[in-house]
Amino acid sequence: MEAAIAGLVAAFFAASLYLMMSKQIIRILLGVAILGNAVNLLLFTCGRLTREVPPIIAGDAMVPDGVTANALPQALILTAIVISFSFFAFLLVLAFRAYQELGTDDTDQMRIAEPLGEAGPPTGY
Amino acid sequence: MTSDAHDWIFLAAAAPFLAALVAPLLHRLLGPLAGWLLALVPLAIFVGFCSLIPAVSAGNAVTVGIDWMPAYGFRLSYFIDGLSLLFALLITGIGTFIVIYAGGYLKGHAQQGRFYSYILMFMGAMLGLVLADNLILLFIYWELTSITSFLLIGFDHTRRASRRAALQALLVTGAGGLSLMAGVLLIAAVTGTKEMSQVLLTGDMLRSSALYLPIFLTVLGGAFTKSAQFPLHFWLPNAMEAPTPVSAYLHSATMVKAGVYLLMRTQPVLGGTDLWMTVLPLFGGVTLLVGTLLAVRQTDLKLMLAYTTVASLGLLVMLTGTSNEIAIKGAVLYLFAHSLFKGALFMVAGCVDHEAGTRDIRKLGGLRQAMPITFGAALVAAISMAGLPPMIGFIAKEVLYEGLVDVSWLLVIVAVAGNVLMFVVGFSVALKPFLGPQVHTPKHAHEGPVSLWLGPVVLGAATLLTALAVGWTGDALIVPMTAAVYGQPVTGELHLIPQYVGWALLLSLVTIGLGVAAYRVVDVLRSRIDHLVSAIGWGPDRGFDQFVALTVAGATRLTRLLQPGRLEVYLTTVIVLTVATLLLPMIAYGTLPSMPTGIDLTYYEGTIFLIALLGLVAVLRARTRLIAIVSLGIQGFAVALIFMLFGAPDLSFTQFMVETLSVVILALVMTRLNVAERDHRPTRQRLIDGTIAVAGGAGFGLLLLSVTQVPFNRKLTDFFDAYSLTIAHGRNIVNVIIVDFRGLDTLGEITVVMITGLAILALVRISGRARIAVVPEERAAPDATDPRVRS
Repeated sequence: MEAAIAGLVAAFFAASLYLMMSKQIIRILLGVAILGNAVNLLLFTCGRLTREVPPIIAGDAMVPDGVTANALPQALILTAIVISFSFFAFLLVLAFRAYQELGTDDTDQMRIAEPLGEAGPPTGY
Repeated sequence: MTSDAHDWIFLAAAAPFLAALVAPLLHRLLGPLAGWLLALVPLAIFVGFCSLIPAVSAGNAVTVGIDWMPAYGFRLSYFIDGLSLLFALLITGIGTFIVIYAGGYLKGHAQQGRFYSYILMFMGAMLGLVLADNLILLFIYWELTSITSFLLIGFDHTRRASRRAALQALLVTGAGGLSLMAGVLLIAAVTGTKEMSQVLLTGDMLRSSALYLPIFLTVLGGAFTKSAQFPLHFWLPNAMEAPTPVSAYLHSATMVKAGVYLLMRTQPVLGGTDLWMTVLPLFGGVTLLVGTLLAVRQTDLKLMLAYTTVASLGLLVMLTGTSNEIAIKGAVLYLFAHSLFKGALFMVAGCVDHEAGTRDIRKLGGLRQAMPITFGAALVAAISMAGLPPMIGFIAKEVLYEGLVDVSWLLVIVAVAGNVLMFVVGFSVALKPFLGPQVHTPKHAHEGPVSLWLGPVVLGAATLLTALAVGWTGDALIVPMTAAVYGQPVTGELHLIPQYVGWALLLSLVTIGLGVAAYRVVDVLRSRIDHLVSAIGWGPDRGFDQFVALTVAGATRLTRLLQPGRLEVYLTTVIVLTVATLLLPMIAYGTLPSMPTGIDLTYYEGTIFLIALLGLVAVLRARTRLIAIVSLGIQGFAVALIFMLFGAPDLSFTQFMVETLSVVILALVMTRLNVAERDHRPTRQRLIDGTIAVAGGAGFGLLLLSVTQVPFNRKLTDFFDAYSLTIAHGRNIVNVIIVDFRGLDTLGEITVVMITGLAILALVRISGRARIAVVPEERAAPDATDPRVRS
């Protein structure tokens, strides 16, 4: 079970890294979105998998009855999902605005901060 | 001798800095009077140190100190023996007149207050340097002299030559300072103490240590840069860009002698070895000859003096390097004499420049009637420099010849040659501007104000009086310092009139004879040396420029290489390094996880895994925007289902919402972007990126597999399971963790979401209002021929 999901996580990471090495902002963004899922699945599996039993205490018990899923990674991932969504939304709007201002979605052509052929620092005194 | 009675030394060490603090204000309030008033500070310190002469000459060194950072062995401690006392007297004594002189010399300069401040700061640094007992303190003062020297050389910062000279001095002496720091740390490591006074008691410990060579080299690195030994001498003549009071004070009388001070200070524990007695005389001797030869070549009064300063420093290093008692006494005498006559001559050069408007020796002459007092002072100083009686310089030369005769005839020849040329330069500076027919000078020359000639006159008088009262000078100053440098008590009286006809006297006569002869042909000599230097064409000074240019060019190229301004390069670098840190240790240490034998998934789990994979492939291969967006949604929903299947309904629910929102927003934005849908990477690049990506995926997959194959620690989970209901009164453990156990974390999360929302709002709102201003020329048009722009 863990082995299969490790393979799936590997596929998620590979797809995300491949997309992020692109020069097109949109593909980078897609990569970022997938990276979020990849990391969440990684965390989830690190806490070991339990099929179908959520970490909820039954109405008549004080502690969970029997083996339940690990609650801790779920809590961490819940935070991570929300944060990565905010991050993704912000990057998306940033990319959109950059495209509006600069007229390109190619990161190599966004050169206001680092112009090509920029002169080096002064060599005199 | 440690006593509360000497606590005033702390005040004396701090006083110049305090004076520097109020100097600009005082200058604004009092105008020309400020120089005279500020001179009282060094004068008071001078008088204070005079009161120590009886105790120190009786062989009682004074130490005072308080713990500063005891954990690091750092004490604020001062140590006064014969060596530091004479230095302290020179620094404060000459400093008094330099401050007065600066008052006259820079009169009317807009930044005169700042100048006082700098020069007093330097005085404090230099004084602290020679007094410091703690090695770390010594290093701090050493660096302070470099920094204040930088400020003073670059004082006239609107001129490029000044800036260059200041930077050069800072780089050369700063590099030496770093070397010295390594040296003092090594000394502290070997001897186990950071107090110089204790180190001096360790006898042969440093000399017999395995670390002797590194200590020797690092200390030499500090000393040779500061004291401008060949081939690191070039910064000193360039430092003549500074106003003359600075040249007179820092670059002849005091700061450049810090290196000599360091060598003299460590002579008892580092000196006397074959290495010491070979390297020091070698570099010192070469510096002496090169310095004097280059001095003869110059026509600028200050540059002539500057090169003879280089030469004198070489002579001092050479003498210290002999580790011979009499030669060291000669070095001490010469150091004392040199500070007096060189300080005086520099101030004379400044007076001539100030009053006549030029320092070029070819444009000066016949000033003796216009400036009689200055001429008198110059003459006295030059006689001392040439080593003629009845000046202290004569006694110094007698003693150093006497010492060198015992050591090596080669060094005697070097010393005679150097002194002959020194004789020539000394009289060229002192006689040429004043004798002969009156020459028309840029300014109508007349005697300067008292503040300008007081310094040369007093120093000239000291040159004469210390020689006439040489018995007192010897007992009070020279013998105690010689003992401190030699490391053992020394005896011996000094006499102005030689007591017997020996080698020393003969050598002096030879020096004078050759000196007179050389003075008569000085113009021929000058042009010969000039031709020689021009023929060589390259020197360390130009080398420094090349070094700086090379460093800047190299740094520029390295920056370009590391930061080409291309996002994909940065990302690829980061990813490759991450993958390497994941995979290489696993491979290198053979900790790869064991491979699973079969896949134990239920059919519905397997189906969802497949859907997720299909979604990923579809995103990668998508040819239109819409397919890409939808495919992204597919893998997201598949993840949500996986959460559901493995007991995480909360996650699943959140993931569904987030993925839906992402797809909606993405669709909204993407439809407004007129972007190319295809991947533009050429096939080769795709293969490279693909390989890296697959390796990265494998890295994370293997990491996860390794993690799941080690025993699991349920401690935290058990805690939350046990206390979710009993403490926090919630049955959904995940929710309890979020809102209770880690409530503050969730608050942070909410803050992040809120700030992101605000930022997005801001980004959308500024649209169209404040466009990014790009000046057309600056906007680098993507050049089709530029190989750096890919497709």
